[in-house]
Amino acid sequence: MAVIATAFVFSMLFYLLLTAGSGNIGIWSLPELAFAVGFSAVLALVAKKIFTKLGITPTRKLLNPKRWALLLVYAVGPFLFSMAKANLDVAYRVVTGKIRPGIVKVETGLKSHLATTVLANSITLTPGTLTIDLDEKGNLYVHWIYVKSKKPRPEEVCGNFVKWAGRIAE
Amino acid sequence: MIWAIYLLFGIGLAFQALGSVALHRFPDAYTRLHGATKCTTFGSIFIYLGVMLYGAILFMEGQTSYAGLVSHTFLVLVLIMVTNPTGAHAIARAAYRSGIKPKLLVVDELRGAGK
Amino acid sequence: MIEIANEMLIVGAALVVFIIVCLARVVLGKTIADRVVAVDTINTQLVAALVVLGAAFSQISFIDIAVIYAMLAFVSTLYIAKYLEDKA
Repeated sequence: MAVIATAFVFSMLFYLLLTAGSGNIGIWSLPELAFAVGFSAVLALVAKKIFTKLGITPTRKLLNPKRWALLLVYAVGPFLFSMAKANLDVAYRVVTGKIRPGIVKVETGLKSHLATTVLANSITLTPGTLTIDLDEKGNLYVHWIYVKSKKPRPEEVCGNFVKWAGRIAE
Repeated sequence: MIWAIYLLFGIGLAFQALGSVALHRFPDAYTRLHGATKCTTFGSIFIYLGVMLYGAILFMEGQTSYAGLVSHTFLVLVLIMVTNPTGAHAIARAAYRSGIKPKLLVVDELRGAGK
Repeated sequence: MIEIANEMLIVGAALVVFIIVCLARVVLGKTIADRVVAVDTINTQLVAALVVLGAAFSQISFIDIAVIYAMLAFVSTLYIAKYLEDKA
C-alpha cells in the first residue's frame, strides 16, 4: 500500500507541476486534472508491480509532511547560508590559488541510507568539502580543499548538518 | 522589480563565470570538481530565481500561461540541486578508484581503508 | 508588462561564452576525469542557458527540453563514472 500511495502522490505532483497555467480551476483546466488522476493511478499500479518484482520497498518517510517541511526549512535556512559561504570561499581560492587538499574520514553515526544521502549531498555543496566515498558503517570520506586538522570531528567539516540530516531522514 | 531580476541574473552569471575559471585555475580533477560543482549550482539557482521572478510578475499581470514558466523552472531548479552533487560524487569516486591520484595531498584516509 | 527579452538573450550569450571556456578544458584535458568534470559543468550551464532562452522567447517547451536534458546529463555522467570505475 505504501508503494502505491507514494507513487501516486509523487506522479500527481509531477504532472500538476508540468501542466500549471493551463486553465482556471486554480490554475489548471478540468481535462488536465482528470488526466493527472488517471495517469497517476496507472503509474502507481505499474510502479507497485515493478517494485515488487525488483524487491524494493520504499520507506514511509517519503510520505511524512513534517519531514518535507523540515527539509524546506533546512534548504532555505542553514543550507542556503552555508552554500553562499561555500561559494565565496571557492571564489577566494580561485583568485588566490591557496589550497591545502586532503581526504579525511567523517564518522557520521547515521543509519538510514536516506539520511546519509542528504548529508553527503549537503557536504558536497558546502564550504570546501566534496564527498568521495562511503563505507558500510556510514562513514564518509571527504575531499577537503583546505585541511585544518587531520583527524577532524564531524562538526569541523560539516557544522550541524549531521543533526539536520538525522532530523529530516533518520 | 526589474532591478531585482537584473541583480539575480548578475549574481548568477558571476558565479557561473567563476565555475568556468575554476576549471583552469585548480591543479587536479578533485579540486576542479569543487569549483565547478559549487559555483555552477549556486549560479544556476540565481538564474532560475530570476526567471521565476520574471514569470511570476507576468502571471500577476494576468497572463496565466506564465504559471507554466514558473513551475517548469522550479522543477529544473530542484532537479539541478539533487543531480549535481550526486554526479560530482560519482565522478570523484570513479576517478579515485580508477587510480587518478589527487595532487598536493596532506592527508589521505581513503588509501588505508581497503577500497 | 516588462520587456527584458534582449537582456535575457545577453545572459544566454554570456553562458555560451562560459561554455566555450569550459570546452577548452575538455580539449586540454590531461586525464579523463578532468574532461568529465568539464563536460558536467557544460551540461549545467547549458541547462541554465536553455531556461533563460525559453523565458526570452516565451517558449515553455524550451524548459521542458531543459528538464529532459538535465535528467539525461545526470544519467550519462553516472554512466561515464561507472565506465571509469569498471575500466580500473
